[in-house]
Amino acid sequence: MTYREAIRQALFDEMAFDDNVFLIGEDIGLYGGCFKVTEGLIKSFPTRVLDTPVSEEAFTGLAVGSAMLGLRPVVEVMYADFYTLIIDPLVNHASKTHFMSGGMFSCPLVIRLPEGSGTGHGPQHTQSPQAVFFNEMGLKIFAPSNVSDAYYLLRMAIRDNNPVLFFENKILYDSVGKIDKKSNVSLKAKVYFFGKDPNLLIISYSAAVQTSLKVAERLKNKGISSAVIDLRVLKPLDVKTINQYVKKIGNVVIIQDAGKNLAMSSHILSAINSDKKAFDSLEKPVLVLGGIDTPVPFSKELEKNIRADEENCYKKIINEFFK
Amino acid sequence: MKKFNPALALELMLLSRYFEEETERLFISGVLHGTTHLAIGQEASHVGLCMALDKDDWIVPTHRCHGFTLSKGSSPFSMFSEMFGSRYGLAKGIGGSMHMPDLSHKNLGSSAVVGSGVPLACGVGFYLKYKKLNNISVAVFGDGASSRGSVHESMNLCSIWNLPVLFYCENNLYGMSTYVGNAVSVKNISTRALSYSMEGETIDGNNVENVFDSSLKAINYIKEKKKPYLLEVMTYRHKGHSKNDKRIYRTKEEETYYLDKDPIVNFEKYLLEKKIMTETEIKNMEKNCVSFIHEERVKAEKLSSNILSIKELSDLVYASSDYDSISYN
Repeated sequence: MTYREAIRQALFDEMAFDDNVFLIGEDIGLYGGCFKVTEGLIKSFPTRVLDTPVSEEAFTGLAVGSAMLGLRPVVEVMYADFYTLIIDPLVNHASKTHFMSGGMFSCPLVIRLPEGSGTGHGPQHTQSPQAVFFNEMGLKIFAPSNVSDAYYLLRMAIRDNNPVLFFENKILYDSVGKIDKKSNVSLKAKVYFFGKDPNLLIISYSAAVQTSLKVAERLKNKGISSAVIDLRVLKPLDVKTINQYVKKIGNVVIIQDAGKNLAMSSHILSAINSDKKAFDSLEKPVLVLGGIDTPVPFSKELEKNIRADEENCYKKIINEFFK
Repeated sequence: MKKFNPALALELMLLSRYFEEETERLFISGVLHGTTHLAIGQEASHVGLCMALDKDDWIVPTHRCHGFTLSKGSSPFSMFSEMFGSRYGLAKGIGGSMHMPDLSHKNLGSSAVVGSGVPLACGVGFYLKYKKLNNISVAVFGDGASSRGSVHESMNLCSIWNLPVLFYCENNLYGMSTYVGNAVSVKNISTRALSYSMEGETIDGNNVENVFDSSLKAINYIKEKKKPYLLEVMTYRHKGHSKNDKRIYRTKEEETYYLDKDPIVNFEKYLLEKKIMTETEIKNMEKNCVSFIHEERVKAEKLSSNILSIKELSDLVYASSDYDSISYN
């Protein structure tokens, strides 16, 4: 099963489970969505997959209003870059609904946002803006890195009674995996171990986790043990798990698919700095690896520099920690 | 068919007027802090619409929301409490003057972002259609908001999806200080309906019976034809945009002209002329409304120090979710 199919399956299963769930967005019906994620769903649920005009603000606002009365809309924003068009209903309304109404209304809303570069779509179709939303209260941010998480996290997002931004990395759509039926339904970060008594902690999220796992495998082959934290959920950030391992390991690197200004690293660093024991455990300053700090360029060769590159990350880690 | 009840119309308009006047005094004397947007002069618009609505029809008012909120059934006590910031307020003191949601009276609450409540109201209309309920949603907005993209997008969306939404444009001639003629490209905002294949009408909003009749006509149209409708209600706010507005953008002559169109004064005259109510009945009603509003204010003020704790406040940022207990396999 691919990441794309896992998302589709989660949508199908939740729609079958709860009549209040409906999908809304541009070209998501017969066309199946810009990335074919919703393909075929309109056949199973003809009245619950809604093709909209190009009116992101109105259809997101409509979703918010309907969610306040108990429906569970899943909005597809064609490219995550278009988040600029849904900011008002999202930030001033959805994420403040429960608070501002003294708990009278809530807003169980999911916004699906295909993000990420490597596809040659230029500066306005390739951004990874997850961290932009970190400073906003009242919403959650999910960023699954694999098939199983994509499936379970989306089902959780739909059942969440708060607005959830569900970021799907476009590079992952064709990646293959299995839905792990034993996997715990949880918003906690997941930790992968490469060897005993790790000397290095890699913190990552979304597609950069796949890069991190490859780097960890190479380090293991070189006799260096490491642990990789897949954050999975960026908000609420699992500070507890991050610092639990920072305290044990001391050498920390963050790998992300965007420049420092746009990505999550500053928030992760802030989480580490806020815990004295974790901060004191650091052997060295945290190494932040990822893309260059520019918007995404079109040129194929230049665009490569936006994502975390396995070879580069491996070399920089060896240089910094194991020379 | 709903019938117009003149005594009820007068009572609701008086309650709205006295509520606003009491609110103004509390702000001027510094008892209440923050800001407020008074709708004195626009009572016929609030009351006429809300009387035409069914109990289960929804409304999404604007930041100038007190009249709609009262007319839809909320208690003055809960509204005053909201402005005092106490836990007895409609939004537990978190929203203030511009946010008075009331689930039990099918009031979604207002957006304080001009024009942003309109797509939310479309969401309510979508919900009603989705659940096959024969009720409508009212998207209230002003002449200022009529220029927002969100409003235009919403009209288009509701039209193509046949959503039961009444676009209720209160045209009080000014978006804050900006005269409608300097901000809107059409003479009558209701003609915008044409662009979205909707019915639209402009009416005198200072005559409560007229507002009631036109609203009822629009509501019945929406319920029967399952289509949206745009009603433009011409009115005038006697006071400024908000608390500290000196109204330098309009003339005394203009204000006097519109004060003569006061919806309450003129309606009382009409009731006397037509012998629908006697002078004594009207005076008694005024007296009762004044003392009711006063009592509600006093009650709210007495309890005003009972505010939410920081813990209660923090707990409201997120709603609880129960997905942990559900098996997915």
